[in-house]
This record gives sequence, C-alpha cells and structure tokens, in this order.
Amino acid sequence: MAVWLARLAIDRWQLADGPRADPVALISDSAHGPRITAINAAAREAGVRVGTSLTDARALCPELAVAPADPAGDLALLEKLALWAQRWGPWSALDPPDGLLVDVSGVAHLFGGEKALLVDVGERLAARGLTARLAVAPTAGAAWALAHYGPERAVLEAGGALAELPVAALRLDPATLLVLRRLGLKRIGDLSGVARDALARRFRSVRAPAANPLVRLDQLTGKVPEPLLPVLAAPPPLVQRRLIEPIRHRALLDQVLGDLADDMVRVLEGQALGARRLDLALWKVDGEVVQRRLELAAATRAADHITRLFAAKLDDIDAGFGIELARLTASWCEPLALSQRDFEAAAEAHGTSLAACIDRLSIRLGTGAVRRPEPVASHWPERAQRWLAPLDPGRATQESLAFNVRPLKLLDRPELIAVIHASPDGLPRRFRWRGALHEVTRAEGPERIAPEWWRERGAARLRDYYRVEDTAGRRYWIYRHGHAADGRGGVPEWYLQGLCV
Amino acid sequence: MERQVSRSSPVRGGGPSAGWWRGLASGSHLACGEGPLRQPFRLPPPRIGEETKHAELFAASREASGAGLALAFALDQAGQGDQRPWLWVQDAAALRLSGRPYRPGLPPSLRHRLLHVAAKSPEDALFALEEGLRCRDLAFVIGEIAGNPKALSFTASRRLSLVAEVHGVPLWLVRLDAARDLSSARQRWEVTAAPSLAPRWNPAAPGLPAWQGTLFRARNHPPGEWILRDDGHVLTASPPHNGGVAGAAGDRSLAAG
Repeated sequence: MAVWLARLAIDRWQLADGPRADPVALISDSAHGPRITAINAAAREAGVRVGTSLTDARALCPELAVAPADPAGDLALLEKLALWAQRWGPWSALDPPDGLLVDVSGVAHLFGGEKALLVDVGERLAARGLTARLAVAPTAGAAWALAHYGPERAVLEAGGALAELPVAALRLDPATLLVLRRLGLKRIGDLSGVARDALARRFRSVRAPAANPLVRLDQLTGKVPEPLLPVLAAPPPLVQRRLIEPIRHRALLDQVLGDLADDMVRVLEGQALGARRLDLALWKVDGEVVQRRLELAAATRAADHITRLFAAKLDDIDAGFGIELARLTASWCEPLALSQRDFEAAAEAHGTSLAACIDRLSIRLGTGAVRRPEPVASHWPERAQRWLAPLDPGRATQESLAFNVRPLKLLDRPELIAVIHASPDGLPRRFRWRGALHEVTRAEGPERIAPEWWRERGAARLRDYYRVEDTAGRRYWIYRHGHAADGRGGVPEWYLQGLCV
Repeated sequence: MERQVSRSSPVRGGGPSAGWWRGLASGSHLACGEGPLRQPFRLPPPRIGEETKHAELFAASREASGAGLALAFALDQAGQGDQRPWLWVQDAAALRLSGRPYRPGLPPSLRHRLLHVAAKSPEDALFALEEGLRCRDLAFVIGEIAGNPKALSFTASRRLSLVAEVHGVPLWLVRLDAARDLSSARQRWEVTAAPSLAPRWNPAAPGLPAWQGTLFRARNHPPGEWILRDDGHVLTASPPHNGGVAGAAGDRSLAAG
C-alpha cells in the first residue's frame, strides 16, 4: 500500500497555526531568493504554483501570506506516521519527502478487504488533518504509481494494467523524463511498444534505477526485486532522576550520577546492549540545561567506569541556583551479550581491560593521542604508515616485501645535514647533524626511491637513501634529495630522516 | 665466553656456579659492588623480566639505542605465543628529539600490536605509563621521557615500580639525555651504540644491531658491562673491548686449555 501525503507540509503548518482561508505559501531560501515549496488551496486558486519564486507569486497574488518551510520537521512527522502506519501492516518504509509504503500482503482481510482497508486509512488520516492519496498494488512501484497518478483509492489486482499512466509514474528523475518526452514516450504503454533491447541500449550506461526506465518498468511489474528499508522504532535507553531539593554541590551530583549510571546499566542489561555514547543533561532551576557527552571506545555496561569518565567532565559545571532534574541517555548502543562474572574474587585485582585503559588515556590526553600504526601500500617512506584509532581494525592489507632494512624511528621532519662525500654520486664520508660530526665507517646504498608521480607535482625530486654507521656504532638513515644532473633544482641537499636500531 | 639467552628455550643461570650471586644479592641490592664478589665480565645480562618488572635505560637522544635495547629485552622476555598489544609512550620532547616509531622498522612480531601514546608533558606520559601498567591486556610498556623532568621524581618512579610488580606488566623506561637521578627502578642501564659486526654478504654495510650496555645499578645482579647483540632470534651478550678473544677462556684457567 502506498500513501501519498500530497500536502504534508501545508497540512502540518495548518495543524500548528489553524486553518486559513487566505492564500498562504511556505517558502525556503535558495540561491536566487525565496522560493515557494508548498501552498494552500486558496493560493492555488489565486494562481500561485510550487517552485516559483516569491516575487513572481506576489505579482500574481499580492495578498499572499508566507511562512518559512521546515523540511526537517516534515521528515520527523513522516517518520512518526510511518511507525503509526504499522497498525495496518507488519512493516512500513519511508518514501521521502511525503510518502509512505506499508506492506499489507495478507492482512487486508482483517479490515474487510482492500477497499475497506483504504477507506479506514483515508478516514484515520483525515481525522489527523492530513490529505492523502492511497493505492494498493502487488508491487511497491505499482502502488506508488497509482497513488500519485491513478484514480482515487485504486486497488490493482495482480496482472492489472498500468499502461495509461504517464511515464512520470515510474519514479524517474527529471532529466530522464525530459529524454523520454523528447523521444515521444509519454505513457507507460508507449514504453512497451518500443523494443526492449533498444531501450536497454539507450540507457546502458545508467545504473541508478531512478535514471533507467527499464529497471523501473521491471520493478513496476515485479520482475526485479526492490528492497525497501523498513522503519523500526528504537527508543534510546533513558533514565532520569527528579530531585526533591535542587542540588548545588559536587558531592551530591556525584551521588546522583552514580545512581543514574546504576539505573542505566540495569536498563542496558535488560536489552543486552552496551553504551557507546552517553548524553548527560542537567536541568537547572533557572531553566538552563547543561549537556555533557561521552563517547566510549567499546560498548560498555560498567557503572563505575561511566561515573569515573563523567566525573572528569563535571568539573566546570556551574550549578547556579541548583540542579533539579538529571537525565542520562544512551544515544548510541551496540549489542553486548551478558557474560558470566568471574568466580575468582582475585580477578578484581587483575587490572583493567584494554578498552577501559584506552578510554582513560583518551579522556585525559585527548582522542588523537593514542593511536595505532597501519601499513599503507606506498613505497614513499612517510606514506608507508598511517595512524588509526587504537581499536580500529583497519583495512586488510598485504604486508609489503621487506627487501630493505627500515629504521626503528622516523623523525617527523627530516633534518638537514651537511655531508662530505667521496665523489658527487659516491658514498657519504662524514656528516654534521645537530652540531656534532659523525665519521661514516660503513654505508649501504643508494636505495633510490622515486616520488609517486601520481601524487606529486612534476618537479618533485627523487631520494637516494643510505644506511650508515659511524665510528661509535650509531646507525642512521639519511638521504640525498635529488640528483645533481636531474635538472630539478640546484645542488642536492642531504637530510637525516631515521634512526636505526 | 659467550653465553646465550635463547627465546625459544629460556636458559636461566645454567652451570654449577650460576646461582651464587642470587643468594648473596637477594637481601639487598647493595651487595653488588666492590671487593672479591665482583665478577662483572663473565656474566650474561640477567633476564630482567621475571624478577624485575621495572628497568631504566639511559641513552642519548642522538641514537635509537635505548628504544632498540628495550625492545630486544621485551622480545627476549615475552613468550612466542603472546599476542597481546604493547604500549609505547613518548612525551613531546622525546618525540621531537628522537622521532616517532616507524612500523616497517619494528621487529616483525611486534609490528601489528603497537599502541602509541604521544603525551604532551612528562606528567601526562607518567599517567599513561601507569594506566598502561594497570592494564591486564598489555604485554609490556615502553616509555621514553627526555631529560630530568620534575614530575619524574623518586616518588613517581616508586609508584611505577609498585604498579608494575602488582600487575605483572613489565616497564622499560628509556631516559633520553638524562642524568642519573634518584629512582627506584630495579635495574638501571646506560646504553650506547656499539659498532656492529660485518654482515656476511656485504661487509661494507652496517650489520645487525649491537649495543654497549652498562648495568650500573641492579637489585638482583652485580653491575657489569656487556656488548649486546640481537640477530632477530637471540639476544647474546659478550664482554666488551676484547672482541670475545680473551673471553673464550671462560671460567677455566688458561693453563688447562
């Protein structure tokens, strides 16, 4: 069953502001000034159309009243309606911006047949002040087409004909509709008059269903499945405490927070969930709300852990005249199965888990301070690793072949060194780094690493890497930036980039 | 004589005379030092993992010896099957002076398990070290702190020692460019780089890593000086300055051999 709430935005506005007999339009700002997005019946009578700019509409109808449109509010209402519409079927899906799809297969007899079902739906929607066009059909695409372009409250039996509907009933985007109109294909029946392979050839490079009439035609007849995303109600776990006496002191707040955490853990346990994000809201007597948010590295259900992490974020709260209501919401949860508690009492003393350790570190040091290196498929030394969040599994990569020895540590910026070498292209003999002279006793190289031409600009210079050891046995990874004869700059300079073990 | 500490079959203090120092030094770490007890050049470096959970390695920031030897010790002590992650904590000065860990250069069995903490101040680094030592899911913790910050006092090091021993997570703290201040670390090493042996196939190239380690203070071992070499499988120790020639005589008298 498809429900088209053809005038959802204006209906919602009228429900809020009361019905108006004079012309009213909802406008939204665009790059070319305010533009009309919805109008009421009086405005339509006066000749105002959706999509025109406000100044053009005012020229036609000077007494036009305007109000700002609220698409986010409309979508929220639509989501609520989708959940409410599950009274007529086991699941429903959104069809933004103003439609609903409800699966009513096998349930029509509960309402006395499809006709009676549609009458029921129409009456209940009208009682809520919403105008709706309804249709029932074997496929979602056909129901949508009938609701938008078919007769009022149409019921399509299996194998029924849709040939007389316009091609716009195929849910195509405007560009494709324009192509079809230029080809002279105005009705769905016209499409079946054209050879199928001709259509396939014309739209062979288009994958998106909204731009390919053949896919839409097959979805209409049910030859191609059309997956829909059902709407499921998932209320976030929420606990709150109303306080008899507003609290003004930190010790009492900690007590309330501990109680809230205990309640939240109990709620989460009942649903076998663990919290990833927690929102704490504190309502003060003077009407202000203090919000604190906490994100966790792994789903958790430990009350003392939550309390401890929040405690670090409550230091700067100004209680003012007191806090009268505290609410804790788990806005992001992940499944966390119940686990058996360790029988050993000694396990309590065996330290924290890795996730708890990382949480404590990132709360104090910042989220970017704890990281994990991951290899990247690049031969350029700086790009051969990147840093991820500590528990991020990363992408599966192939370990690169280790032909050459790499240093244990890399300086964040390669440091310029002065090098004396045997010949312009020869091995380095001695170099000066951070004010001290190093005599090179052994060297291996050069290992020539060319810049990644697909990333760098054309004049980037190559690097000749040498692994050197000095008289004291200190081992370094140095490179010559460029080549004397490469024509990409002057005399090449030397840099020290890494410290070997 | 060259004694080996193998990773696959840990040999601890083998031989008839190996246990003498343990009995003597068990009561006090002051027992090592002067007099006839001192035999520093004949002993392998102790395995600091089992008895000692907290060691300090003093090294210069110009070289990666401190971190390199700490990793070698950690590898030597950790079992083959241990796949837990490990923590490397650096404060901002250490990060600036001696660079950031580079994954392709780490030992292959440790590469994928590294968790790196870049702390802004020594206080934050100490906090991260302590939290890491409290974590049961970590194999070991390596810290790098530059200089002698006020936060790293004797009390702070005592805290670290106690946490490491209670929770059984070993800590190797690398002190870059630092003076030998007061500390409760159970073993304190001075590490510098040592010339490597020539590789077999390219004698002109730098060879396998080698360090000169001076154990100047330890609770369960007399002080001494060794050349330590890590060939990727085994950490070996040999006496310094003589290239192993004089040491070949070992414990027996020269006349006998």
